[in-house]
Amino acid sequence: MTLSSLAVPLLLAFVACYAARRKVDVYAALTHGAEEGLTVLLHILPSLVALLSAVYMFRASGAMEALGALFTPALARLGIPAETAPLLFIRPISGSGALAVGSEIMRFHGVDSYIGRVAAVMLGSSETTFYTVAVYYGAAGITKTRYTIPAALCADAVMFLVSAKAVTLLMGA
Amino acid sequence: MAMSYLWTGMVVLSLFFGALTGNLGALGAAALKGAESAVELCFAMCGAVCLWTGVMELMERCALTDRLAALFRPLLRRLLPRSSRDSETLAAVSANLSANLLGLGNAATPLGIRAARRMSRGCGGRASDELCLLVVLNTASLQLLPTTLAGVRASLGAADPFDILPCVWLASFLSVAAGLFAAKLLARFWRD
Repeated sequence: MTLSSLAVPLLLAFVACYAARRKVDVYAALTHGAEEGLTVLLHILPSLVALLSAVYMFRASGAMEALGALFTPALARLGIPAETAPLLFIRPISGSGALAVGSEIMRFHGVDSYIGRVAAVMLGSSETTFYTVAVYYGAAGITKTRYTIPAALCADAVMFLVSAKAVTLLMGA
Repeated sequence: MAMSYLWTGMVVLSLFFGALTGNLGALGAAALKGAESAVELCFAMCGAVCLWTGVMELMERCALTDRLAALFRPLLRRLLPRSSRDSETLAAVSANLSANLLGLGNAATPLGIRAARRMSRGCGGRASDELCLLVVLNTASLQLLPTTLAGVRASLGAADPFDILPCVWLASFLSVAAGLFAAKLLARFWRD
């Protein structure tokens, strides 16, 4: 038994007790929220279908390997596994796209393998940069975004570098 | 539009490489297999995702989010000194941050937009330095529990879906720090 395996049951118990003390209808909140989860899935399913069929074709044709081979030297120097290269391109553009590509990398290389873990950390440590910028500035009527995108991409680059290093350092595999 | 180009590019490149490597016959089956595995993935992670959105809703209803937001105010007053003078902007930004931390994406975005609209008043379509900081903060992930990700990992048979958490925290923390640092640096010479 590890600390992180205890974290989930402890969190569930804590939130339930805290909410009950504040006279919140725990069960109704849980089920209503779960219903929202269904809408989330309903939103990502169509893009998962579109993207995964393209990803599978891409892999079956041998293009994925060629792409990996193209970027291996540069990525190897940075310590990033070349198998995660597709994620580097899609992560800033599309959230559900990154989820599709990332989960495919995890499945293909093994979810508990080094590559699978690096892909997971990359997925969990960033947001969809261009989407976020478009939503915020669109709503606020901003046309001159100045240095927002360079700074945000800088954050993404650091995130990719650290993801690969962190799995080696903290998980030893 | 970016996604349309990406998708079309992938399919066309697949045809090209398939012809080159003689794998052309396998492409049709691969496309269908991909669509099938998308549905499988969705089903497999459905339970985990719904459980967590349920817990998130519970956190929101019992005002755990508000308590978290109160903790951020001192920090935000230093990061965004000008916008923080307007108490309503400060409230929206801190609520945006705490919703992000708890993974309440649906709640975080409207709050962030409200803050952005207030911060952009009278600026003539040009993002102020503080607004740039707010958006950079939101393009980085601040989520403490990446629950959808854990759902995917669980559905793929991970021994412990949350065991990557320390790595995720380290990577997001350093990425946020790098984004803010880059923004502060670029603000010195980027006039418009």
